[in-house]
Amino acid sequence: MRYIEPHGHMVSRVTDDYEAMITAGCRAVCEPAFWAGYDRSGPEGFYDYFCQLTDYEPKRAAKFGLPHFTWLCINPKESEDVKLAEAVIALIPQFLDRPNVLGIGEIGLNKNTRNEMKVLEQHIDLAARHDQLILVHTPHLEDKYKGTRLILDTLRADSRIKPDRVIIDHVEEHTIQMVLDAGFWAGITLYPESKTTPPRAIDMFEVYGGQRVWLNSACDWGRSDPLAVPKTAIEMRRRGHNDDTIDRLVFQNPIRFLGQNPRFTVR
Amino acid sequence: MTRQQILDLYFMDARSKLIDIAAFLDRVDRAEGEPDFRLAEFRKALRELEKGEPVRARAVLMSLSDPTTEPIASASGKGAVGAWPGNREG
Repeated sequence: MRYIEPHGHMVSRVTDDYEAMITAGCRAVCEPAFWAGYDRSGPEGFYDYFCQLTDYEPKRAAKFGLPHFTWLCINPKESEDVKLAEAVIALIPQFLDRPNVLGIGEIGLNKNTRNEMKVLEQHIDLAARHDQLILVHTPHLEDKYKGTRLILDTLRADSRIKPDRVIIDHVEEHTIQMVLDAGFWAGITLYPESKTTPPRAIDMFEVYGGQRVWLNSACDWGRSDPLAVPKTAIEMRRRGHNDDTIDRLVFQNPIRFLGQNPRFTVR
Repeated sequence: MTRQQILDLYFMDARSKLIDIAAFLDRVDRAEGEPDFRLAEFRKALRELEKGEPVRARAVLMSLSDPTTEPIASASGKGAVGAWPGNREG
């Protein structure tokens, strides 16, 4: 088996996870910027974090033979402070030329507030001005449906944004259809409790098709499983899917989306 | 897959989760004090399982979701609780 982990917060994981992923067939890992579990005290904290994502972490992954890519932004959970967000967004362009940067992400909404919307619009503008791919986080639990609708409306309102260069992540059964109908890619996140289990992810794949869909573990410092993608591939086999179908979903699809950035050379 | 194959693959897992839900509701009933809005929303979502169309997962998720369309002025915290309080906190 071969697969791409298109969404993993590896700075929160131990090196044993890298070893397990490469053993399971992982060919590349992509790490969106996210919330550290606490609010950083200022833009300097983000500068250090972006250095970690673009310098230290790819070196750590390389020790295990795993190509590491990243996405940059201020996560929606810290977007309520608009002045802080503006200062962080101003830092990002100097990192966009780093060799492992794929785009802007994971931007989006958390509690669907007006300030989060302002910062989302600024991130979209940043991506459009620098012709970057976009990875979008959709809110958790009861906030997901509303947040997904607001995000889609905001993206569609900017005529510079091409839907096939944007992936809307953490879709579930009540949001995947609207994302695909609007022409965007959809990410299905495999979590032990929230988001989606492997059987539900495969249900969505079977019902809605896998043309513009990827699977990810979004493993971080919470309850999550860095091997969730290959475990779901095994579940697909139990459901009767053949190796070609599985390979398209867990390997070729991420390459089709991420390969729109020429830096993503994994094949 | 046939319905029989689906049953063979997932029945025991679904049975286990069903009993977990039953035990959770028993546990809540045995406890003291007033529950917050989540219990009523949970019971409401359970009713979606009785409907005949194969869109139950979507219906349960929608039942627990905020259906409004306007951004809120500000948030009191970062976390989500899993159900929408609706007019109870509106």
